[in-house]
Amino acid sequence: MSDVADRVKKIVVEHLGVEEEKVTESASFIDDLGADSLDTVELVMAFEEEFGIEIPDDAAETIQTFGDAVKFISEAT
Amino acid sequence: MFDLNGKCALVTGASGGIGGAIARTLHEAGATVGLSGTREEPLKALAADLGDRAHVLPCNLGDPEAIEALPKQAIAAMGGLDILVNNAGITRDQIFMRMSDDDWQSVLDVNLTAAMRLCRGVMRPMMKARWGRIINISSIVGATGNPGQANYAAAKAGLVGMTKSIAYEVASRGITANAVAPGFIATAMTDKLSDDQKATINAQIPASRMGTPEEIAAAVLYLASSEAGYVTGTTLHVNGGMAML
Repeated sequence: MSDVADRVKKIVVEHLGVEEEKVTESASFIDDLGADSLDTVELVMAFEEEFGIEIPDDAAETIQTFGDAVKFISEAT
Repeated sequence: MFDLNGKCALVTGASGGIGGAIARTLHEAGATVGLSGTREEPLKALAADLGDRAHVLPCNLGDPEAIEALPKQAIAAMGGLDILVNNAGITRDQIFMRMSDDDWQSVLDVNLTAAMRLCRGVMRPMMKARWGRIINISSIVGATGNPGQANYAAAKAGLVGMTKSIAYEVASRGITANAVAPGFIATAMTDKLSDDQKATINAQIPASRMGTPEEIAAAVLYLASSEAGYVTGTTLHVNGGMAML
């Protein structure tokens, strides 16, 4: 697993308080990991901080799963 | 009680009577204050009077770009933003049949839309800090209505609905959102009324007098404090009993 994926996973695990095994490629933050809509905003804020990038609102809305987040961040960094 | 040391507060409309009193009271409680308003001179005079921990942040609340920039400017000047007081407001009174679209729009823009933009702008730093206080200054007329003020009353009632919705969304993050609804408050504007006019107004108020800006500021101080952490989505009416809501 790439370095980006590891760092994203760490944020997700810490923020949502979920088991690491549950954070799979296709795991949806809301449907599978118990996030509410405010959690997803906070995750995006945490990603921005960790990777020093800016994720615009329209892009943030497309980040639904762990895989989406890793893909977006890998492309942006 | 109500110690605001280490907190940073942005107050809009700080050049006015109520806004100035709010800024002064929060400052006295230990907060660093950002004084915003359209007229720079009175803001500078107030800042000079307050001394340390006071920053002048002029902003035209009719200009969307200036509003978007204000929270960032406030954070740059003060080093943080923990408390937002949306106090700025304008009136364009007119009987409803004669109210123009412009009378309506300009009041909604400044009194409601600008407040919304500022609330949105402070959300991020408050979410990160897991602490925040949003205090929107509504008005008794937002609850009771007032002839000649359909635009103003709509904006002030709108603030209450917005405040409650924000309160729902961010309560779990340590952020509270509340409104303060002043009744008749003695300011430069009411000084111009004749004694007869004042007597007519006072007759409608169980307390038999107008309120003072400091009495509004005290309500704001309470809602801004850590002690009020369990109070959210409420409207605190400060009106001498004029409307018991």
